[in-house]
Amino acid sequence: MLTVSELRASYGMVAALHGVSLEVTEGELVALLGTNGAGKSTTLKSVAGALRPVQGSITFLGEEIASSKPEAIVKKGLSLVPEGRDIFTSLTVAENLRLGAFASYDRARYHEDLEEVFGLFPILKERLTQAGGLLSGGEQQQLAIARALMSRPRLLMLDEPSLGLAPALVDQIFELIASLRERNVTILLVEQNAERALEIADRVYVLKTGNVEFAGTPSQLERELDITEVYFGGEGGTSEVTV
Amino acid sequence: MIGGEFLINTLSLGSLYALIALGLVFVYGILKLVNFAYGEYIMIAGYAMFMLGTLTGLPFYVTMVLAVIVAALTSYLTELVAFRPVRTKSFNAMLVTSFAVSVMLQNAVVILISPRARAVPLPPAFNASINILGVVTPLRNVLTIITAVTLLTALTLIMKYTVLGIAMRAAADNFGTTRLMGVPANLVISVAFIISGFLAGTVSIFWVGRSASVEPLIGFTPLLIAFIATVIGGMHSLVGAVVGGFVYGLLFNLLSVTLPASMITYRDAFMFAIVILFLVLRPEGLVRGSYTEERVG
Repeated sequence: MLTVSELRASYGMVAALHGVSLEVTEGELVALLGTNGAGKSTTLKSVAGALRPVQGSITFLGEEIASSKPEAIVKKGLSLVPEGRDIFTSLTVAENLRLGAFASYDRARYHEDLEEVFGLFPILKERLTQAGGLLSGGEQQQLAIARALMSRPRLLMLDEPSLGLAPALVDQIFELIASLRERNVTILLVEQNAERALEIADRVYVLKTGNVEFAGTPSQLERELDITEVYFGGEGGTSEVTV
Repeated sequence: MIGGEFLINTLSLGSLYALIALGLVFVYGILKLVNFAYGEYIMIAGYAMFMLGTLTGLPFYVTMVLAVIVAALTSYLTELVAFRPVRTKSFNAMLVTSFAVSVMLQNAVVILISPRARAVPLPPAFNASINILGVVTPLRNVLTIITAVTLLTALTLIMKYTVLGIAMRAAADNFGTTRLMGVPANLVISVAFIISGFLAGTVSIFWVGRSASVEPLIGFTPLLIAFIATVIGGMHSLVGAVVGGFVYGLLFNLLSVTLPASMITYRDAFMFAIVILFLVLRPEGLVRGSYTEERVG
């Protein structure tokens, strides 16, 4: 479904990705792990078109999208929930959701989709007329995911959905991701919380300083790498991680 | 001293200033660009009224509508030809471009028409007076208020209830994420420029209407007014621009009626002193917006 090959990206003069290749097939939940600065978010941004890659190819459903604009990519069914939630704080919850559906708006379907999203996130229905900025962190994360779902994505990319959330909310978010997976939404998940991500992932890639260090299943990862020490030592407040 | 006449004058001046400031902030909100060519859209509309009014026999209301359209089109064209090519390059490039557009438009009318002022034919209604509850005031003042209220209502409805309006507000909030929703960057930016030009054109009718003439540098004062109004009201929201415009109108008229006759020539100095106070004491303006300071690439 999504094939990234030999992707190179940089921020100005600083190279962030040195030839990353990965693949996501339909119906899969693929986790992308690694420390801060490994290039996880950069990979997602490049795929979503928010960052133009220097080199390499990104094909989605057989189409080359490496040089496409972000607005064109989301129309193809590839939706990114950006890091730090990035909801529109001055817009109401309802307006946030309406924009989520911008890429594939269909009046009849819109209300169906809205009801479905409310089924997943009942709290949002209660907060419809509130400004996004007034929601709590967990609610904002729910809104960010809900907003992405409104575009009916074929592939949903989540960038650190559990970042900065209280443990109880982290549970909730992971339950939600698991339930999305059961609904056959293909997911590419970037997480610092490796333990939780590995519980639900079908396959996993580990990035290290802009390179793919490991690709395989979670159980292979456990067998082949001492991932705690090598990749997560002392980074990003993930002290609970033991794999 | 402060009665019905003061009220109508203040509302009228405030309405005009609010529209002026709003036109500037529409583009600023999305591109974070202070468009120094904004005053020139007002100037171009003035010349459109002059040309259409003197060269054609079209009725006044038609020339006015056409002038507004010309201003909106000019604004859109400057976006397309001048700003779009440098938008992704650097912010300073965009700022310098706006100076260049301003100078080029001014010089174009100097060369093609005249460096001197030209009389703009206006409908008789612009010189008529009207009696409202015992207050005799120029009809123009009342028309300014009605126009501003109508436009502000329409824009509020558009920004709140149309998906394009919601997308524009989202783009002002976070441009990059708005594109991730599938909203084309060029669309929201073009629409912002068109609305900005539309407001400039509308302002031009009343601005030119006060002196019944147009000259190449006529856009400078409105641009300055837009700056002052946004300093007072806040640069980061559309509401701030409108509030700033009305507060500026109020302060200006208050100074006009309270300053002794010998001091009235220093009115602008007093006004700028107030602006400095705002910059020192409340640099974000009266209305704190939620617009972020991110740049659009």
